[in-house]
This record gives sequence, structure tokens and C-alpha cells, in this order.
Amino acid sequence: MQSKIRFPIDFFSYALKGGAQYYAWLGFLGILIVLWAVGTYAQLTQGMIITGLTDQTSWGLYLANFVFLVGVAAAAVTVVFPAYFYDQEDLHKVAVLGEMLAIAAVVMCLLFVFAHMGRPDRLWHIIPVIGIYNWPHSMLTWDVMVLTVYLILNLVGGFYYLYKKYTGSPLNKSFYIPLILISCVWALSIHTVTAFLIGTMPSRPMWFHSVMPIKFITTAFAAGPALIILCFLTIRKHTALVIPDSVFHKLSHYITWFLGMALFLIMSEIVVELYPSTEHSFGLQYLMFGLSGLNKLVPWFWTAIFLMVVSFGLLLSPLRKNFTVLPIICVMLFVGIWIDKGMGLLLPGMSPSPIGEVTEYYPTWLEIFVVAGNYAIGFLVLTLLMKGAVGVVLGDVKYGQSK
Amino acid sequence: MSKPKSEERKSAGTTRRDFLKKTGAAGAAAGAASLLGSAALMANTENPDAQTTWAEWFQGNYRLMTDEEKKESVARLEKRYSAQFGKKVTVDDAPAIDGVLFGYALNIQKCIGCRRCVKACVKENNQSRTNTEIEWIRVVRMEKGQFSAGDMDKGYPQEEGHEYGVQVGGNAYKPAGVVLEGKHYYEPEKVPEKDAFYFPIACMQCEKPPCVKVCPVRTTYREGDGIIVIDYNWCIGCRMCIGACPYWARRFNWGEPNLPADDMNPNTHYLGNRPRMKGVAEKCTFCIQRSRRGRYTACVEVCPVGARKFGNLLDPESEVRKILDRKRVFRLKAELNTYPKFFYFID
Repeated sequence: MQSKIRFPIDFFSYALKGGAQYYAWLGFLGILIVLWAVGTYAQLTQGMIITGLTDQTSWGLYLANFVFLVGVAAAAVTVVFPAYFYDQEDLHKVAVLGEMLAIAAVVMCLLFVFAHMGRPDRLWHIIPVIGIYNWPHSMLTWDVMVLTVYLILNLVGGFYYLYKKYTGSPLNKSFYIPLILISCVWALSIHTVTAFLIGTMPSRPMWFHSVMPIKFITTAFAAGPALIILCFLTIRKHTALVIPDSVFHKLSHYITWFLGMALFLIMSEIVVELYPSTEHSFGLQYLMFGLSGLNKLVPWFWTAIFLMVVSFGLLLSPLRKNFTVLPIICVMLFVGIWIDKGMGLLLPGMSPSPIGEVTEYYPTWLEIFVVAGNYAIGFLVLTLLMKGAVGVVLGDVKYGQSK
Repeated sequence: MSKPKSEERKSAGTTRRDFLKKTGAAGAAAGAASLLGSAALMANTENPDAQTTWAEWFQGNYRLMTDEEKKESVARLEKRYSAQFGKKVTVDDAPAIDGVLFGYALNIQKCIGCRRCVKACVKENNQSRTNTEIEWIRVVRMEKGQFSAGDMDKGYPQEEGHEYGVQVGGNAYKPAGVVLEGKHYYEPEKVPEKDAFYFPIACMQCEKPPCVKVCPVRTTYREGDGIIVIDYNWCIGCRMCIGACPYWARRFNWGEPNLPADDMNPNTHYLGNRPRMKGVAEKCTFCIQRSRRGRYTACVEVCPVGARKFGNLLDPESEVRKILDRKRVFRLKAELNTYPKFFYFID
């Protein structure tokens, strides 16, 4: 019992300790969180009118980042699955870090959903039993369900592992391994359902196609591990945890092929839409070339394509194994996919509107504050969880050793 | 005003298939809601706004409220609105009438694009007037095309040296006939304009409404008389319905609605034109406050050319039914299988 009380105390007191650089990072996140508070306060008091959203573009940055981060959350599977399913020894030690990333990403997803809601004060209406949960009809209820369960699976799986390490007792494999494998399959479900959420609306032709779920998964499994690589490189540089090169090679290998598939699917979509050029393709045309003289998204789209194609090329080359170039590749493709799957997907789905009106969307500063702040809170969670987890894995955080 | 006695109707929910599934949950929620609601009322704050806000926070979905709870809720709202707008405001809770299925027919041949319907609707239904300005009806101005023989050979693509002989040929960049690209912002001196015709749209009151299907909390639902309504107090503002509506019929209260007191229509219905709050969706309800009392909608009443017809689809003698029987009728985006009860026709 004592160990259960000591665990969170030891975990977080370790996580909060660090050098000047560490505190500078936390301080930077703190500043962004202050901005978040400013934006969130304005939105809660004045309503969504402080955002750049309109009746034409009624979903914007918040939902775009939500969609993207669901993918990042799902991508933990790229570390966990090979570790346990193919029993790859080098990945075992870091698999738990993947789960920490999943937790942080789901936290960010929930923050973005919260920001997106017009009446967050009525959140209880969607809670089953006390509210009304329109399941199985509403795709959003599916999304809420799979995300919540995924969060629980990762919390339980991740912290069970860490707690066992902490107390030095062996894992109960018949509990842990099935849990891990379920969470891997579940990771696919969260992103599939998110794709169904927007892909099941004939009113929005750009999203109304069945490539959406697989495209989501491929882009997620490219962007997610890219972030994981960046985290692991940071951990390797700043902590005593030894992460072998083979881990990075494996992850960048997965990224290469998932990115390749993603590019293939993007190409397929473009060909199928643009060849007949029906009304169904107007959203994509707006994204790629502009429509009715409105072309704000065009540079974003081509930047995303450039970043993705170039990083794919670099990943195919031996530079993939160069640890100076690898983080640059990861940042490039992470940004590329963030554009492609965020604004590049959400906004052209809204424009032209169902009655053919093309509208540009200009996010306001307050809206950007909220977005930046949501990321900051998520990265704060990520930093603390990873730091603490590294401490546990290293054996620095151990039951009975705390001062 | 004495509240109309709602007959011992079981519940609007009986028309929905899975009503039974929800009953248990709703009972629990409603019980808790009325308990806490009355606790708040007993707290005896003088400010009706604060009182109502507190009580409403615990109130269940209108569809699943008991008659008792509906009355409480209506009484709360009447008190709040009367204080807020400085006049006697009534909130009707008239239920759907058995044997009535409302339908609408619009003669696009007659519409002159004057937008009197839009204005009358705003006045009747208490939409926000400014920042943001909400209108439920949009009149789409459709440009007529011209056929110009000079463009006959200007095929596609036009770039020199790239004539692939793609089959579109002809005057691909200029339509022969009608363009069918609508604009709903138009400010002509006079209507109708020579080179345009008009196509008013609003909520189509679909029999298979995508908005109802996607709503995670079932705040929007179909009533027994076919009207798709929203319980503004239950809406969480997720805007799934706005995304799913193929007719762009739904509007969102981005900020606190601006409704001047002297312009406010005090005859309201709970599911219709009662003043809304920020962060919720709204749309046309076939003027539920009027139609359930046997009146025409505001847009039908105001239309100067008689292009708008409204009535009971279940009554073979009603005007809409006669139009369906005799005129050339079509529905907007029929291919989406939403079965609108809003029909367009020509003589």
C-alpha cells in the first residue's frame, strides 16, 4: 500500500527535477499556457465569436489539430506492437515511452474537443446514463468511446509497467501482454473512427470517400514515430537512458514505408478527383489551386507536398541513418503531415459550402493562443511523463530509495 | 397566459425507435434534474436570470421531460424572458398534433427574389440581428447563362500547343444555358433581375435528416409532425449537425445573440423561436409556434407572389398535397436520400 502512495510522489518529484535547460523548456511551455488561459477565458466568456470560424467554415484549427493528434496518439503502436508482438528486445525498454506519448496526445485531443465545443459547460450531456449518448447512431459518440478507452488502456498499461519496475516486482504477463495487444488494435480504431467521423458526410464531398481511414492511418504512422524519434533523441542526449541505434533505424524504416503509402494515397485521391473534375473535386481544387479567386491554402498545400516528398526521398537514402539529418527529416515530415491532415483536410472540406460558397478562414490570435496553449499543456504532460518514465526505467525512481 | 394543456401524450420519444433504450437513463437524469432544479428555485435568488441558468443546467432533454418538468421549464423561461425583454413573453409547449405531417412547397417559377420572407422570418423567429446576423432562409440568386456562338470552338484546354482534343470541346468555359452557380448575397436596385432567377432554401425538414443522425446528444430530433427541432438547452455546440447538413440550413450562435427588446416577438415556442443563447445551433422550424396553432408560417404569409405553400401532407385536400399531385415537383439534392418535406415546383 505504502508503495502505491509513494509511487506518484517519487515519479513526479523526479519528473520535476532537471537542469537549467529543462526548466527553460518548462518555462517556455508555461508562457504558452498563460496565452492559452487568455484565449480560453475570452472564448468562455464571449463565445466562439472570438475565433475566425463562420457558418461557412464552422470547423477550423481546433478540429484540425484534434484530427492530427488522434493520429499521433495512435502511433504509439509503432513502438509497442513490434516490441511485444515480434518480441523485439531493443524496443521493450522504450515501449512504455510510446505509451506516455499516447497519453499526452489523447490529453491534447480532449483539450481540442473542449475548445471546439460551443457549450463546454454542458459536457455532461454526452456522458452515458446521466446524459444522452446517441450511440450507435452518432459517429462522434463512437469517437468519444474509442478515445476514452484508448486513454484508459494506455494509462493502465503504461503505469502498470512503470509501477512494477518501481517496486521491482515481475510483470504479470498474462495480464500485461493481452492488455498491450488490445491497446495496439485499439490504436487503429481511434484513427479509423476519426476518419469515419468526417468521411461519412455526403454534404462535404471532399471528405466523402473511403480512402480516408487508411490515409489517416498511414499519415499517422509516419508523423507519430517522427515525433517519437525526436523524443528519443532528446532523451538519449539528456539522460542516461541508452537507446540503441537499432531503435531509430527501425522507427525510421516504418516511417519510410508509411509515408510512401500516404503519398501514394494522396496521389490516388488527386487523380480520381481531378480527372473527371466534377463538383466532388471542388474542395481539392480549392486546396491545390484556389477556387473563385480565393487561394490562401494553396501555398500551404504545396509546402506540405514538398516537405513530404523531400523527406520521403531523404528517408530512402542512406541519410536516414545519419543522426544529424534524421531529426531534420522528422521535423519536415511532421510539419508536412500536420498541414496536410490538419488545415489541408479540414478547411477545403468546408469550402465550398454545401451551397457552393467558397470562404477563406482566418484564425484569430486568440484562437491561435488556445491552439498553442493546448499543445503546450500536452507537451508539458509529455515531458513530465517521459522524464518520470525514464527515471523509472533507469532505476533512479525506485521504491524505498527516495530521500 | 395559461399554458395549453398538453394532452396525455406519452412522449415525443414514442415516435423514435429506440425510445425504450433511453428511458432508463432519461428517468434518472430527469429525476435528478427536477430535484436540483427545484432546489435552485427554492434558493430564492431574486435574479430570474441566475435562477434560470442554475436550474437549466440540471434540466434534462426536452424530449424526455415529463409534462410536469416541461411546465416548470417553460415557467422558468417565461419569467426570465419577460424580465430580460421588459414585456410579457410566452413560451408555448404545444406538442405535435396527431394526423399532421407538415410539408412545404415552393414555386420557383414565381419567386422574384425580394427576400421579404427572409426578413419576416428573422422578425418572427427572434434571430440575432447583428454580430452575428442570423437568417434561416437564404435566397440563392441563380445566374442565367447566355449562349454565345463566338465561343463555340474555344475548347478545352486552351493553352496553345496543348490541344489534346479532350472531349469537352465546344464552349467549355462558357455555359450554354444556365450556369447554376448561386449567390446568396445580391443587392440589386430592383427585383426580379433580367438575368437571374431565384432559389430560396431553408431547412428541408428531411424525413431522414443527417443532422439528427450525427448529433451526439440527440438534442435535435424529429417531432411527430415531421418538424426537426432543437432543444437549445441541451445542445453542446459541437456543430456536427452543421457539418452534416447538405442544405446549409443550420446556423450557429457564435456569440451572445443580439436581439433588441422592442423587436422581440413575445409569442414563442420552446422548440422554436424562443430567444437562443450563445454556443448553440438553430434553424427553421416551419414556425412551430404558428403552425402548431393552425397558422401559416411567416414566410408563407409575407410572400407577395404566393410562391410559398404550406400545409398538412396527410390531408389529401391540403394545398401542398394538391401541388404534389398536380405540379412538376422536385426536391433539392434528392440523390442524397434525405427525403426533404420541402418541395420545389413549377406550374
